[in-house]
Amino acid sequence: MSSTKNTSSQLRVGDNPWVKWLLIGLTLLLTAILLVVPLISIFQQAFMEGAAHYFSSLLEADTLHAIGLTLLVAALTVPINLVFGVMLAWAVTRFEFPGRKLLMTLMDIPFAVSPVVAGLLYLLLYGNNGWIGSWLYDHDIQLMFAWPGIVMVTIFVTCPFVARELIPLMQQQGREDEEAAVILGASGWQLFRRVTLPNIKWALIYGVILTNARAVGEFGAVSVVSGNIRGETNTLPLLVQAQYEDYQAAAAFASASLLALLALLTLLLKAFIEWRLERSMKLESDKEKKTTA
Amino acid sequence: MSILIENISKKFGHFQALSPLSLDINEGEMIGLLGPSGSGKTTLLRIIAGLEGADTGRIQFGDRDVTNLHVRDRRVGFVFQNYALFRHMTVADNVAFGLEVLPRKERPSATEIQKRVQHLLEMVQLEHLASRFPSQLSGGQKQRIALARALATQPEVLLLDEPFGALDAKVRKELRRWLRGLHDELGFTSVFVTHDQEEALELSDRVVVMSNGHIEQIDQPGALYASPNSRFVFDFLGNANVFEGKVANGKWHNQQASIVLPHSVIEQESTEQKDGQLYIRSHEFFVSKEPTAQANLPLRLIAINPIGAEVRLELTPIDWQSNDVWEIDLPHKAFDKNCFEKGQTLYVSPKAAYFFAHDAQQPVLLNWEASKV
Repeated sequence: MSSTKNTSSQLRVGDNPWVKWLLIGLTLLLTAILLVVPLISIFQQAFMEGAAHYFSSLLEADTLHAIGLTLLVAALTVPINLVFGVMLAWAVTRFEFPGRKLLMTLMDIPFAVSPVVAGLLYLLLYGNNGWIGSWLYDHDIQLMFAWPGIVMVTIFVTCPFVARELIPLMQQQGREDEEAAVILGASGWQLFRRVTLPNIKWALIYGVILTNARAVGEFGAVSVVSGNIRGETNTLPLLVQAQYEDYQAAAAFASASLLALLALLTLLLKAFIEWRLERSMKLESDKEKKTTA
Repeated sequence: MSILIENISKKFGHFQALSPLSLDINEGEMIGLLGPSGSGKTTLLRIIAGLEGADTGRIQFGDRDVTNLHVRDRRVGFVFQNYALFRHMTVADNVAFGLEVLPRKERPSATEIQKRVQHLLEMVQLEHLASRFPSQLSGGQKQRIALARALATQPEVLLLDEPFGALDAKVRKELRRWLRGLHDELGFTSVFVTHDQEEALELSDRVVVMSNGHIEQIDQPGALYASPNSRFVFDFLGNANVFEGKVANGKWHNQQASIVLPHSVIEQESTEQKDGQLYIRSHEFFVSKEPTAQANLPLRLIAINPIGAEVRLELTPIDWQSNDVWEIDLPHKAFDKNCFEKGQTLYVSPKAAYFFAHDAQQPVLLNWEASKV
C-alpha cells in the first residue's frame, strides 16, 4: 500500500507531465487546424456578402431543386439499405452456408472501392452503350444522367453501414433468445418484431444515421452518373462545386453551410443516442441499487 | 405425455454427435441425461425440442409423430442453460410471451393473461419482481422466471439444459428440491441434461448415462449405483479406486500388493482365476496400520479432508501401480479412533468390489464380509 501512495516519485508508465501536456496540446492544435477552423470558415465565407445575400442564394430555384433532389435520394436510399442491411446481417449471423465468409468480405467492397470507380462501373453497365443500358435504351428507360442513377450509386456506396453496425452485435447476442421465442410459439414476424428488433434497435438507428449522412454528402459516384444538369440532376454537393467553379463563392459556401449544418445535426443525434443508451443502462443499475439497499 | 425416441442419430460434419439410439420415456417421468461434455446429451435434448433435426430415426410424443414437426408446433417447454430471458422485457412480459404470441382465436384475453402470469409468478414465488428487468435478477431468480415462462403455455413436456449449471451450491440444492416438487405437482414429463452425477441421481426417476454419442445405461438411480454395467458408468459415477491385478495362488497381485480372492469367487468355477480390474468405492474400505489376512495394500497418506459427515483420505500406492490417487472416506468416529497422520503408511482392505475381467463388459460383484460369515 505504501508504494502506491508515494505517487510523486513512482509514476505510471507514460505519466511524465511534459509528455502528457505536449501530447494533449498537439492534439488540440491539430484538431483546431484540421477540423474547427475549416468549419467556422464555411459559415464565415457563406455570410461574406451579408445575411440577405445568404438567404437569397439559398432560395434560388437551382439550390431549392438540389435540396429537394438530395432529400429524395436520402429518402429512397435509407429505407432500402435499412431492409437490405438487416437481411444481410441476419443471413450472415444466423445461418451457416457455403460462401458466408466470402459474402462478409464482398459486403465491404463499397468501402474499399473509390466512389468514382463505383460511379464509372454503373455508367458502363447502365449507360446507353452498356450491357444492360442498351436494352434499357430500347425500352426508353433512362437511368444514367437522371435521378434513378443517382439513387442507385448512392445505395451502392452506403450499403455496408447498417450491416456493419448490426453484425458484431447480433453475433455477440447469439441465437438463444430467438430459439426461446420460437419454442414459445412465436411466428417469424413476431420473433423479429418482439425479440430481434428490440435487441438491435440502437445499433440499427446508429447505422441509419451513418447511411443518411453519407447519402446526403456523397460526391464522387454521384458526379459520374449525374451528368451535372443544373436544376435537374444536381445534388447539393454537386451544386457546391458547380457554383464555386462559376465564381459564385458566397453561394457555394451557402450551399456548403447547409451540408455542414446537417453534419452537425448528425453528430448531435449520434451523441443523443449514445446518451440515451447509457442512461437506460444507468437507470437499470440505479433501480437495482435502490431495491437492494 | 410419453416420449418415444427411435434410432435417432446426428452428424455435425464428420463428427458423429449421436449414434443411432432409442429411448422410451413414460408419461410424467423425470429423466436425467447424464454424461461428460461432448457425450451428445445436449444434442439429444435439442433434437427432442426440435431445435436440431435428426439425420435418422423418429420421435413420437404420445401418439403424435413429431419427427417432422416444426419447433413452434411441438409445444414443449424449454429452459436454456443461460436462461435466454428477453432482456428488454420485464419479468411479467417475459412470462406472458408464450401466451401473447398465440394465434388470435386461441389467445386468452389481456386480463386473463395477466391473471395467468400472476399465478405463474406466485408459483415460482417471485410475484414481487414482476416489473423488474432480467438484468436486475440473481441467477436463481432468473432460473425461476425462465421456468415460469416455459410453463406458461402449459406444455406437457419440459426440457431443461443444464438447469442448475450456473448457480452456486446452496441455491442449486434448493432449486433442485423445488423443481422436483413442481414436477410431482403438475405432472408434466421432464428431461434434463446435466454433467453432475449427484444432481442426476437425486432428481431423476431414471438416469440415462451417455458417452460418445450413445447410451451407456438407463436405470433408476438406486439400481444405477448398485449395478453399473460398464467401466465408463463406474468411472463416471465417481469415487471408485481401481486395482489392476493378476491372479496367482488365490490372490490378485500388483507388484508388492495383493488382495485375496473372496470365497465366492473361488467357489464359482466360471470367474475363477481371472486377471482384471477391481473397482472399489471410496467408502467400502477397512483401514489399518498393519496388513490384514485379506489384503496387503500399502499406501501413503498424503492429505486429510474433513467433508461433512466423513473424512476423506487421499493416498498414493507404495511399491505398486495405480493410475490415480486413491480416495477413501471414513466416518469421523473411525478416523478419530485411529489418529492417522499425514505421511503415514496405511494398509487398506476392500469390503466389497466390482470385478471387471479383461475380456468382460459386465462386472461381477464381490463381497469379502459375506464370505467371512
